[in-house]
Amino acid sequence: MRSSRLWRALPWNGLGAVPFLLFALLFLLLPTANIVAGAFVDSDGGFTLKNIFNLFTPEIMNAFWLSIRLSFTSALIGCILGFAIALAVVLGGLPGWIRGIVMTFSGVTSNFAGVPLAFAYVATLGRVGFVTLLLRDWFGVNIYALGFNMISFWGLVAAYVFFQIPLMVLIITPAIDGLKREWREAAEVLGATGGQYWRMVALPVLGPSLLGTLALLFANAFGAVATAIALTGSLLSIAPILLFNQIRGDVLQDPHLGYALAFAMIVITGISNGVYVVMRTRAERWIK
Amino acid sequence: MKRILSWATIGFAVVYFFLPLVGMLEFSLKMRRGEYSLDAYRSVMGDPQFQATFGYSVLMACLTIVFGVLVVVPTVFWVRLKLPRLRPFMEFITLLPLVIPPIVIVFGYIRLFNTSSWLPLTGSALGTDFLLMCGYAVLALPYMYRAVDTGLAAIDLATLTEAAQSLGAGWITVLARVILPNVLVAVLSGAFLTFAIVIGEYVFAALLDRPAFGPYLVWAGGNKAYEPAALAVMTFALTWACMMLIQLATKFSKHTRMPR
Amino acid sequence: MAYLDLSGLQKSFGANQVVKSFDLGVAKGEFVSLLGPSGCGKTTVLRMVAGFETPTAGAIRIDGQDVTGQRPNQRNIGMVFQAYALFPNLTVAQNVGFGLKIAGVSAKETADRVAEMLALIGLPEMGARYPFQLSGGQQQRVALARALAPRPRVLLLDEPLSALDAKIRVSLRSEIRDIQRKLGITTIFVTHDQEEALSMSDRVVVMNGGRADQVGAPFEIYNHPATRFVAQFVGTLNTLDAVVTNAARGEVTVQGQPLQLGQAIAAGQGATVGLALRPEVVHLEADTALISRGDFALAARIASVDFLGAVIRVKAQTAAGVIALDLFNRPDAPPPPVGAEMALRFRGQDVIVLG
Repeated sequence: MRSSRLWRALPWNGLGAVPFLLFALLFLLLPTANIVAGAFVDSDGGFTLKNIFNLFTPEIMNAFWLSIRLSFTSALIGCILGFAIALAVVLGGLPGWIRGIVMTFSGVTSNFAGVPLAFAYVATLGRVGFVTLLLRDWFGVNIYALGFNMISFWGLVAAYVFFQIPLMVLIITPAIDGLKREWREAAEVLGATGGQYWRMVALPVLGPSLLGTLALLFANAFGAVATAIALTGSLLSIAPILLFNQIRGDVLQDPHLGYALAFAMIVITGISNGVYVVMRTRAERWIK
Repeated sequence: MKRILSWATIGFAVVYFFLPLVGMLEFSLKMRRGEYSLDAYRSVMGDPQFQATFGYSVLMACLTIVFGVLVVVPTVFWVRLKLPRLRPFMEFITLLPLVIPPIVIVFGYIRLFNTSSWLPLTGSALGTDFLLMCGYAVLALPYMYRAVDTGLAAIDLATLTEAAQSLGAGWITVLARVILPNVLVAVLSGAFLTFAIVIGEYVFAALLDRPAFGPYLVWAGGNKAYEPAALAVMTFALTWACMMLIQLATKFSKHTRMPR
Repeated sequence: MAYLDLSGLQKSFGANQVVKSFDLGVAKGEFVSLLGPSGCGKTTVLRMVAGFETPTAGAIRIDGQDVTGQRPNQRNIGMVFQAYALFPNLTVAQNVGFGLKIAGVSAKETADRVAEMLALIGLPEMGARYPFQLSGGQQQRVALARALAPRPRVLLLDEPLSALDAKIRVSLRSEIRDIQRKLGITTIFVTHDQEEALSMSDRVVVMNGGRADQVGAPFEIYNHPATRFVAQFVGTLNTLDAVVTNAARGEVTVQGQPLQLGQAIAAGQGATVGLALRPEVVHLEADTALISRGDFALAARIASVDFLGAVIRVKAQTAAGVIALDLFNRPDAPPPPVGAEMALRFRGQDVIVLG
């Protein structure tokens, strides 16, 4: 009697989630925890902060700084241009079919990242690329003579922006849809101009969404490896390529420094995703 | 004025996005000197390396989809029905693959499942394949979970389940005959997205050293001239097809859903 | 000239003429309702007054000044929307002070006016809250305060109560009306709810198909509807067919029984006209012998009895069709049982003759 009650009181319902939790534990949580733990352990297994301190070499710091600048710049440009496109589509008074096309195209191009994007980029702006030849033959402009370099900072930004813009469009369009027509009209009858409405109401309302998406785009670019590798052949010194080379060939001569490198990457993407989550919560609180 | 500005913005977007696409298409056709031809595509298709790696990645994508569906659908169903308090935790877990860079996750795999570990998955080709599939399932988890979760939110799960059970259905029957058909569109969307993510994936495959399409792409990029553009065109077409199939599935569901 | 004057207003969207020649003069401080079914053009008229729609033809004057071509932000008009259109990113006080801030009023003056407005709507403590922390009724009161704070010349209310719960809707009616009276502000109120229009307004405009069918005081509209549409849209109505026996003297027969209407009828001898009866003018008599005594009365069988509280709605089957009538509840007189045979009586002067 008593034992059967105990039997029933056991959290049997929890068993239903066990396969998933086991999967997440084995292939997501434990591997990550292993890396994080490794970052704070020395080769004898004792606790140490030495690995973290060892990150502060010019080479690693430069790689992270370049990564951060690259991610932030591409995120910011993607944010601004994506926002402009979403605004044009939702509020610009364009025919309705444009929106469907833009959204579908954004879905495709935001997933068209990685290696193929790099190829498309080379085929367009490489030494014999489509646009390069177009500019040379039709306009007499040789961009390479002008100092253009595909694998320079701005060259990479241009490539990253290609998948940042559509992601921005996909995420921010619903937020712009959330702006009620009545807000604009209420502001107008109260005497506000279009500019005042945007400054005092629309932009503050969209603010959390804009900032949150900026953070998400930043993290998105920060973790991206494939495009950069396919473009630069792992020569460019950005943080994920540094880690890639480290995993491949232990170029830093210290496995624990690799853990610290990975840990630092988690911290940075974690912070920016945290910003995204907090901002999204704020945005949802207002718009119900 | 507003409309002109909007058209200008769209015009800029068209140029920015179509130039690279047109560029890669044009470039992929230029293999023969002086005229456009499909030589690059022929060369790619005839490459046994391409056939092997592409086949491998398609197989991996399909296995990942099956594995992902088997892991995600019953769990989402169960959590919604019996463990609603677990939902915030599940949301957090399924968001993690977006937070932790893939390269860090695969780094963890290499350390955790190496030949001298308690579970030496990387010791054999088959074990590594399994590990790669799990990694892909992790990458696809945020999309798969959200798609299925949204799909299940649209139906009255508890009532449907109780109705089926009152008619004598067991859990397996409930899942396969009642729940799955109702979230099929969501599952399909998740599946196509998974396919698009897996097919050209590079980092996991490269670092686990498996003969997948992504590493082949990078190899081709370093060793061939016109073929990479042809490969990019093909990948783009494949991604486009996946997105179109998602839209098609969604449209189809609108016809079958009851009018309100 | 009236304070707010709409003359010959027309509005077409493409080939669809939504408002066809609409004229209305609203006196200063008057509360006028536009009442009608959805699609009758009432909201379009309001939006033209606000400036969101440009009239296809006609003119809008406020206090003698032609505002037809002005932008909404130049008109100094207050407006309350159906969906609480409070700015979600601003506090209640900032919402109420929005129009004053735009107008460049000093911070001190704005704060005083905001406090005054919040006191007026009975939410003096809520200034620091955000809209999402308020109930629907509170949000709508804040929206009213926001519209009134810059001292607009005209207040426009676009179905402000229809998104609210039934109880709050009723209590807000009188609250809005009290505030309007206190400030003496000229108000146009758009609604599809006849009870709201009748209970709140000085005058009601019943709209149908882009035109005003009738303009008048609620009492007038309800008791003397000008058209069949007005009679049927405002209030519940029973209709009976009657045969005219003497048009000039207003004599008809209903089911063969003679009835004196006491008003001339615009129809020929022997023509059939429709008589309309409000449920409250029909009386129920237990004494069926009335019918045979020669007084006007119709034989009826009670078909249903709905006890609504203060009022009991009875439906009675007569040879001329079902007639609904209202009885006041009296604790000592239970309603008649279903199936009872009774007599219906009404006075000729209470009948509305439908054209």
